[in-house]
Amino acid sequence: MTNLTLAMSLLLALAMVAAAIVAVQRKSLPVAILAAGLVSLLASVQFLLLAAPDVAMTEAAIGSGLTTFLFFFVLARVRGGQDD
Amino acid sequence: MIKRASVLLLLLGLGAVFASLLLDYVPSTELSLTATYYAERGAQETGATNLITAILVTYRGLDTLGEVTVLFLAAAIVGLVLSRGRQAGETGDAGGATAAPPAGELLSTGKDLLVPLILLLGVYVIANGHLTPGGGFQGGAILASAILLILLTDPMRRFSHRLIAALESVSGLVFVGMGVLGIFLAGGFLDNRILPLGTLGELFSAGAIPVIYAFVGLKVGAEFSSMLVNLSETRESRS
Repeated sequence: MTNLTLAMSLLLALAMVAAAIVAVQRKSLPVAILAAGLVSLLASVQFLLLAAPDVAMTEAAIGSGLTTFLFFFVLARVRGGQDD
Repeated sequence: MIKRASVLLLLLGLGAVFASLLLDYVPSTELSLTATYYAERGAQETGATNLITAILVTYRGLDTLGEVTVLFLAAAIVGLVLSRGRQAGETGDAGGATAAPPAGELLSTGKDLLVPLILLLGVYVIANGHLTPGGGFQGGAILASAILLILLTDPMRRFSHRLIAALESVSGLVFVGMGVLGIFLAGGFLDNRILPLGTLGELFSAGAIPVIYAFVGLKVGAEFSSMLVNLSETRESRS
């Protein structure tokens, strides 16, 4: 692994941790869902850097694409029930 | 206070475990026994240039069957739970479904432009699963994301549940059927050598892998689509 990719993956890892903290800490659910999707998106880039393109494609399509919108569909369905 | 302290203690314990794992980690310089076998013989035995697909569909084909079954169960349970909610919602406020606001210009134009391209990419990823990274699972998820884009633009759009269910069950049956054919015509369950291997690196090569993966892709796409369609329809009848 060259220095450039090492720096990139370290940066990505930091961004992932930051996005995960946002996802946990934020009170607003849409923001939290988007932050969780961002974690998946950055993870897929990370997989690509680690030379696993197959996993990266799965993560990008399922983890950050479908799951995010699945959460939004569920959010639209449960909204109006409770506050939290 | 005790709760907070126990959480802190748990975090510290986990940190210690992970730190010791990280400090002990030594990158292996050579492949393990199984990996060496796959790397040396995989391409010859299966005719697939993408070794990951070769492992997923032939050597570990049974695992793939299990994964698809888990996905099928998840989709079936989502459908089951939501169909009950849908009936309750319909008897509660019958005819009270309000029309969704029209999608914006940006979204509808983007949908018209992107959906064919996304479908094409999905088919490409599935068809080239044995040559380039990707395959049935990834392609199926890409196909489902095209359905998702259509649903986002037009939430009142109805997809035929019967068509999705038929597609799903037929591809599942064909997948298992190809596997059983492998027992009789070749070395074992899900052996890809029931069709000629062809030349390495061509589109029509690697025996039954492209056929099996095409049906896996259709199955995965149908399962994800049924989940999305179910969720989207329930939301409409509720609000």
